Amino acid sequence: MLRFIARRLVGMVLVLFVVSVIVFLVFNVIPNSPPAQRLAGKNATPALVKGIEKEWGFDKSLPEQYVTMMKKVFTGELIQYSPRVPVDDRIKEGIPATLSLSIGAGIIWLAFGLLLGYLAATHAGGWLDRGLTGLAVAGISIPVFLLAPVLIYFLTYKLEIFPNGGYVPWTEDPWEWLKHLILPWFTLAVLSIGFYSRVLRSNMLDVMNEDYVRTAHAKGLSERRVMMRHVLRNSLIPITTLFGLDFGATIAGTAIITEVLYNIEGIGLYAAESIGKLELPPIMGITLYGAFFVVLVNALVDIAYAYLDPRVRLGSTAR
Amino acid sequence: MSAAPILSVRDLRVGFATEGGLLQAVDRVSFDLSPGEVLAIVGESGSGKSVTAQTMIGLTRSKNARIEGSAKLDGEELLEADDAMMRRLRGERIGMVFQDPMTSFNPVYRIGNQIIEAIRAHEDVDKKQARQRVVELFDSVGIPNAANRVDNYPHEFSGGMRQRAMIAMALALAPEVLIADEPTTALDVTIQAQILRLLEQLNRERGLATILITHDLGVVAEVADRVLVMYAGKVVEEGTLDEIFYDPQHPYTWGLMGSLTRIDRPRPHRLPQIAGSPPSLLDLPKGCPFRPRCPHEFSKCPEYPGLEARLPEAPSHRDRCWLTPEQKREKRQVEGQIGLEAPAS
Repeated sequence: MLRFIARRLVGMVLVLFVVSVIVFLVFNVIPNSPPAQRLAGKNATPALVKGIEKEWGFDKSLPEQYVTMMKKVFTGELIQYSPRVPVDDRIKEGIPATLSLSIGAGIIWLAFGLLLGYLAATHAGGWLDRGLTGLAVAGISIPVFLLAPVLIYFLTYKLEIFPNGGYVPWTEDPWEWLKHLILPWFTLAVLSIGFYSRVLRSNMLDVMNEDYVRTAHAKGLSERRVMMRHVLRNSLIPITTLFGLDFGATIAGTAIITEVLYNIEGIGLYAAESIGKLELPPIMGITLYGAFFVVLVNALVDIAYAYLDPRVRLGSTAR
Repeated sequence: MSAAPILSVRDLRVGFATEGGLLQAVDRVSFDLSPGEVLAIVGESGSGKSVTAQTMIGLTRSKNARIEGSAKLDGEELLEADDAMMRRLRGERIGMVFQDPMTSFNPVYRIGNQIIEAIRAHEDVDKKQARQRVVELFDSVGIPNAANRVDNYPHEFSGGMRQRAMIAMALALAPEVLIADEPTTALDVTIQAQILRLLEQLNRERGLATILITHDLGVVAEVADRVLVMYAGKVVEEGTLDEIFYDPQHPYTWGLMGSLTRIDRPRPHRLPQIAGSPPSLLDLPKGCPFRPRCPHEFSKCPEYPGLEARLPEAPSHRDRCWLTPEQKREKRQVEGQIGLEAPAS
């Protein structure tokens, strides 16, 4: 198991290296205009552009340019130029809000997705299953940019249950933190709840036809125990993979729209602002940050996977 | 064999409602099974042998299943048992061994824990005691190094070892009846013999009543006391092992015997087979269901033959074929042994 984890971590570093090279190429090498001009942003003075050119070493060879860029990223010297703020600081400021939003939404969509999927599978063909199917399809089809304004309109303006956007840090006031996040959490989770419940339902229906489930029945286990220990447990394995990909992607970027709509000052909002103002350094930083989380979460998921399925631990030889 | 039957099945019918109509998978099957007896149910895929056995422990119950008749375990009606009672019966009074040991264990749990789970579902014992019992069971079914093997995952067992573990699980609660559904089909030949010897030994030692489901007459010859030959959901012949092997009455049984390859005979040019394929259960021919594949069909066959003893000297040997015993004795001889001759065309 330890060797498995070590192997996975080495793989993670390699992937991140490749991602950083691609980011370097996309931002600094491929576009057909002076990179210093683009990094400086709109309305930059010629002096600033000259300075950036020297600072980033754009007159040197490509490997040297890459090393310079990575040095800046790791030492926190990546700076947005108008106004001059270190990108690092802004990302650090944004992380608590973004993680609060994504982790909460992740827990909600996993809990509800599994619960509804389980109910649909154990009542397959019945009215409950049909009702849940309808709900799931509705959840999947409603776009976030429609759902959020509708929720805000009814629950915030009309009924005044929830505050109007913004973010209050947990350390300041946990109750306000919760009140500010409930709507964003559900907005972000609705699509995935629908999706996960459908995936779990069909996984469970497949697993129910497995021979070992028949064996479990023949042992005289209760229906509930067969469902929970044998059917659900084995159906969770593919769900884990899916969750790793989706959760990583949520931290890295899917939360952008939700953060903008609810005015939550997280990394997504920072990204949206920077894109609007064509500020390259923050976008570069956020891209690398996002890649880091996607890769990290997937490594964690692989480890969880090995825990859930003993056959994975040995590598590919086991059946 | 004179003991009172532990399992008594009468006119069992199992049908499934499908879009094409009612599929009668099992049609009026009756048999008795006594403690210490091995009853083999033989037939091709789809002949209803597995459905018959699974119905005993309620595995065929579903919304679209139509189950009629009677199946009594020691006087208790199985077909009307409620869920709680059926759950208690499963494992505790009727143990079941399935065909494919590769897929019949849950891959994510240790084998020992899966058997402990079965024990603890029925008996109030702690994990340690249950585990000790599993080790003893593993010893008794011939799994070497039992104390360590208990903690292995299914994928760490070979096919033969998994089937031994499966048998250990079926016996964990000392049931009175053991149903082995094609227990050797997925194993290679040397392992098959070992597993059969194990089943025979357990049957003898524990006085288990065993139902052995198979399509392999070689397996039947090794261990069975009595044989039920099924075709298209119906019993077409039944008798003791000797009656079936030395004096088979139904052309379908001849066909099964003829398709056995034998090591003590010259190798045939082509492996013999029964021409054609089993009829669709949704569209059975009128009369004898084997009629379309039978080279000996005659004017009486469109009338459905009853399961009757047609030999005065063997009242327990019954079959569903209109031919007279004399005709049968003559027609079943193909190239000096029992077989079903190829159709005329």
